[in-house]
Amino acid sequence: MRSADYVIKRAGFAIATIFVAITLNFFLFRVLPGSAVSSMARVPHATAALRHSLEVQFGLDKPKWQQYVIYLQQLSHGNMGVSFSNQQPVWSNLRTALGNTIPMAALGTALAIFIGTLTGVLSAWRRGTKLDQVSTNAAIAFYAFPTQWLALVLLIYLSGILPSHGMQNDFLVNPTWWEHLKDVMLHMTLPSLTFALTLYGEYTLIVRSAMLETLGEDYVLTARAKGLPQRTIVIRHALRNAMLPTTTLMALSLGYIVAGAILIETVYSWPGIGNAVYEAVQQRDYPMLQGAFLVLTMSVVVFNFVADLLYFKLDPRITE
Amino acid sequence: MAIRPDITEERAAAALEVPRGRRNWFWQVIAESRQAKIGLGVLGFFILIAVLAPWIKPYGIHQQVGPVYGPPSLKHPLGLDDGGIDMVSLLIQGGRISLVVGFAATFVAMIIGGGIGIVAGYFGGWLDVVLMRITDYFLVIPDLPLAIIVAAVWGASLTHLIFVIALLLWTTTARIIRAQVKSVRERVYVKRARSIGLSDARIIFRHVLPQIGPLLIANTVLTVAIAIFDETALSFLGLGDPSATTWGSIIEFAFLRTAISSGAWWAIIPAGLCVALVIMGCYWLGQSIEDALNPRLKVSYLSPRTFHIRPLAIRESGSR
Repeated sequence: MRSADYVIKRAGFAIATIFVAITLNFFLFRVLPGSAVSSMARVPHATAALRHSLEVQFGLDKPKWQQYVIYLQQLSHGNMGVSFSNQQPVWSNLRTALGNTIPMAALGTALAIFIGTLTGVLSAWRRGTKLDQVSTNAAIAFYAFPTQWLALVLLIYLSGILPSHGMQNDFLVNPTWWEHLKDVMLHMTLPSLTFALTLYGEYTLIVRSAMLETLGEDYVLTARAKGLPQRTIVIRHALRNAMLPTTTLMALSLGYIVAGAILIETVYSWPGIGNAVYEAVQQRDYPMLQGAFLVLTMSVVVFNFVADLLYFKLDPRITE
Repeated sequence: MAIRPDITEERAAAALEVPRGRRNWFWQVIAESRQAKIGLGVLGFFILIAVLAPWIKPYGIHQQVGPVYGPPSLKHPLGLDDGGIDMVSLLIQGGRISLVVGFAATFVAMIIGGGIGIVAGYFGGWLDVVLMRITDYFLVIPDLPLAIIVAAVWGASLTHLIFVIALLLWTTTARIIRAQVKSVRERVYVKRARSIGLSDARIIFRHVLPQIGPLLIANTVLTVAIAIFDETALSFLGLGDPSATTWGSIIEFAFLRTAISSGAWWAIIPAGLCVALVIMGCYWLGQSIEDALNPRLKVSYLSPRTFHIRPLAIRESGSR
């Protein structure tokens, strides 16, 4: 069973990676100087007994490996601890944030894929021309611009025209469902546009190189010899095959979109998971930071897994 | 974190012969390619400014020379920042620190990645399996969130920043170098050296390293770009050294201190352009070296023109 073997192998790798991330997450925070207790016991007249009772309460008197086992057990029940800053369970904070991030990031990514594919195909088709040079160099430039900087530049020039802060207009009284949607969409424009611009360059370069490779294949030569029109050759013969590596690369980069989300949401105060990370860093809210890292890692691992399966499905030559 | 993920390991291993007259290969690459000349020129310009910073700065970076967010004028061509400090001086000083962080982080990453790649590729066997598994996990775990966690836990300082970035960047290098070493190891001259009883260390340093040197250098140049990109991101999130001026912290301070609502575009735009220029310079140079080393990549349809600042995992060699 070729497919079962493959799926099991990739799933095993995905699970192992999540496990490594969890372990990293546990030990990185345990090497912190001091502990939760040393800051909480920093009250006047704190006795050794108070310290000890706090340590017992948090389970810090137990050996490290036992703490690790408890951590794993709690995590498997979905308990990621309680946020220092708003005293809510970390997981419920993160769930709300994730719900806000996904539509914004999805819109931006869809836009980036569309622009990237279009410019990539055009570049490869018109290889070596002025058009190719302009489009490739623009792609490199947009790729080189720091994400947060691009967001700030858009903010400078467009903040008067489009809403630039948060996710909705708080002064909208009793909006209808339609008004609310319109409001959110307007607020989403700038962050999504930034997403699209920072990502599209990468996609252009990927699509272009994949297209150049397929355009040099023998079957394209055959199609040309048959006298098929250029359009048909490019779209039906070259692009279809070029989408093979492109799809996986794009699916893979979906997971890493989280990194862009941190920077973009910080600039636009979009109340998503990226902004949650930023605020957790600012307030040294370690439980939130730990939880967010896990959620982000898991999303990346899941996207990796999906990309693997997708590639396997698209390319029947894969045998492992 | 693939710099050019389209270069799969087999492809990286397939080519790479150090040109004859090895000592001059670098200048041959520069002489042959216009792109390499531009890249080297841009990089050289910024390095020169960074080296000469203490002497060519027009004003001190703690010295108030005019009004808060004073606009550009003849005396201050890029205006003043939120403390009335000359932006040109800040950019020059910031470039110095940013480049130091970028190069130092890359150096550490090359030592780790190159070391792991050489050991795994040369010795093979279980050591190879273990090291590459570790590398795989690190490839999948999202970079920026991991960096944020480590930086938050360690506390902000330039040294920590360098190590955090290095921690993120070694994985791609390790994979590429391993693939290359694996192929060099099977060459006749290495086998001959082994048969006359040379020690492993001597074979690695005298016979393997010189062969992979150019690839290592191309990889280094591309990694510098990513390191500088990461530096701006981490500084922007407040995880850099609060007392050091870097291009990242210039953008951070402008964002935090209402440069946008003051309409002070000059406090933001030049810093980002500097970052983008350095990154593009690195890209042009690194790519030219790779293309020169690996003529197969230059053949029209095999010519990949992608690189990655935002991380993309290299696929496991077997699954493609």
